[in-house]
Amino acid sequence: MKQLKRIMGVLWMILAPAIIYFLVVGAIENINPAGTKDINKPVPWIIIIAIFTPIAIGLMIFGFYSLKGEYDQLPESSDKL
Amino acid sequence: MASPDGKGIGKVIFSSSLGTLIEWYDFYIFGMLAKTIAVQFFPEGNETAALLSTLAIFAAGFLVRPFGALVFGRLGDMIGRKSTFLLTLVLMGGSTFLIGLVPGYRSIGIAAPLLVLLLRLVQGLALGGEYGGAATYVAEHSPANKRGYYTSWIQTTATLGLFVALGVIMAVKANMSDATFNMEWGGWRYPFWISILLVGVSIYIRLKMSESPLYAKLKKEGKTSVNPLKESFGHRANFKMVLLALFGAVMGQGVIWYTGQFYAQSFLENAIKIEFMQNREILLWGIGLATPFFLVFGALSDRIGRKWIMLTGMLLGVIFYRPIFNTFLKDANPKQWVADMNNITVDETKVKTTADTLQLNNRTQVITHRERVLNYQGNQFTEKTTDTSDVSSAVPGTAPGLSMSNSNKMQPARVGATTYSDVVLESGLQWKFTFLVWCMIIFVTMAYAPIAAFLVELFPTRIRYTSMSLPYHIGNGVFGGLVPFIATLLSTSFANDPLVGLWYPIGIAALCFVIGALYLSNKIDQNIHN
Repeated sequence: MKQLKRIMGVLWMILAPAIIYFLVVGAIENINPAGTKDINKPVPWIIIIAIFTPIAIGLMIFGFYSLKGEYDQLPESSDKL
Repeated sequence: MASPDGKGIGKVIFSSSLGTLIEWYDFYIFGMLAKTIAVQFFPEGNETAALLSTLAIFAAGFLVRPFGALVFGRLGDMIGRKSTFLLTLVLMGGSTFLIGLVPGYRSIGIAAPLLVLLLRLVQGLALGGEYGGAATYVAEHSPANKRGYYTSWIQTTATLGLFVALGVIMAVKANMSDATFNMEWGGWRYPFWISILLVGVSIYIRLKMSESPLYAKLKKEGKTSVNPLKESFGHRANFKMVLLALFGAVMGQGVIWYTGQFYAQSFLENAIKIEFMQNREILLWGIGLATPFFLVFGALSDRIGRKWIMLTGMLLGVIFYRPIFNTFLKDANPKQWVADMNNITVDETKVKTTADTLQLNNRTQVITHRERVLNYQGNQFTEKTTDTSDVSSAVPGTAPGLSMSNSNKMQPARVGATTYSDVVLESGLQWKFTFLVWCMIIFVTMAYAPIAAFLVELFPTRIRYTSMSLPYHIGNGVFGGLVPFIATLLSTSFANDPLVGLWYPIGIAALCFVIGALYLSNKIDQNIHN
């Protein structure tokens, strides 16, 4: 199980930039001044990319911690933190 | 007041839950009345108003809610739970009431959408601070063996807030015409005004409460955090748990919650075209009958642990969302009903036909609109057809009406678009749909009921409010709130699959299930007194 957690860490680290890439590509393809849907407006995309970038970085850090084995053993109680 | 052995817990739960329920109510009525609010404050054709409208929708949920979690979480860990969630209640109630008092765009111009945007952002900020405080407060009063059960009362409030908001809007709407409801100072403002009464009662009750015993002890010993943000997110050991809470539990719970309660309603209304009142009725029954299960799963989590109950809720969503939504599409499909000519009847008393004339260069086009109410095995629906006919020479005047259709100058009509709306399901089918919505809300109760206890047990008392609020509001506000946006994005890119929008919640819930199953512990932390 510990080994699997570490291997999956690599996947989370790859997934994070992939999410940002797809969001940016989605924004470029869908922003259209003639469109009427929310996905055609730039403001939602700016907000979403702005909020998702730190979340994706968080996922990457999660993957990094996982790869380093930091989740091999979780603390038994919150007072161990 | 209650101590951690559970004495007086009833009062603690009641006062905390009531305030949180009201905050949810306040937050929802804005979204539910979005169409009316748009007409009053964000008129079409005005670019600034359109921009403010987009900001009101997206910024309030995505940016301000997590920011509110940080601001009020920090306050709650520094000055105490009670004062902080009292403040969030005042901010939420005050801003909701004031939205109901802002004159429309026609009266005060651009100031109207600006004020509404500002108040909506205050709502988002307050919501970001409320939940963490209420959940922490109840958990810190609860005995270890009933923490899941007692905090599950707080978990019912988000759903009950939706229930109350739906009920109030339906009650107001049922007592007046659509025109009276939608006018500038019309009935749509009543739900906002009612909020001040509810908040007043809740503030009165909360003022009588004392501080959480665990926090009070910590404060007496001088052990409270001086910089909760740094301790929560700057210390590796704690930050690691924040990330685990977000990716292993809350992000999946957020999409399950949003899909079951909001996406289902919007799908039934916009894709299936179920009539407004019946759609709300289905949701009200679904919510009403499923809500007790928050308590059931909260209590169960005290016995068997939180992890697998939450993850089972997510897994059920992953497995059953597409079959459930596919059943909606198959069972209420007016196109198929119309094809079965033998079982279709037309209500002749409700057939309406009108026509418009369009003059284009030397050609005249007659556009005929036909509206009729059809019945298929007890299911009633409205069919609207638009036919266009060309007339060989110019015809003076407009709106010739039906006489045009008899003109020998008219060329054969080109059948235009046929749309179906106002579907009213027969009783059996309505109950089947209610059952399916109920099933989706059961998934919500499983994923959501244990989460307050789970988050509380993950973090130490001195930084608990801050540490649990941020992942909760990112999971629910950002991941959950993105469901309609990503659904629109997917359905634009893959137009052939009417259920393609579901891949987002399914994907996120599946990812969260894998992370949760692999990394989370099912052990209940008995001692949260540190």
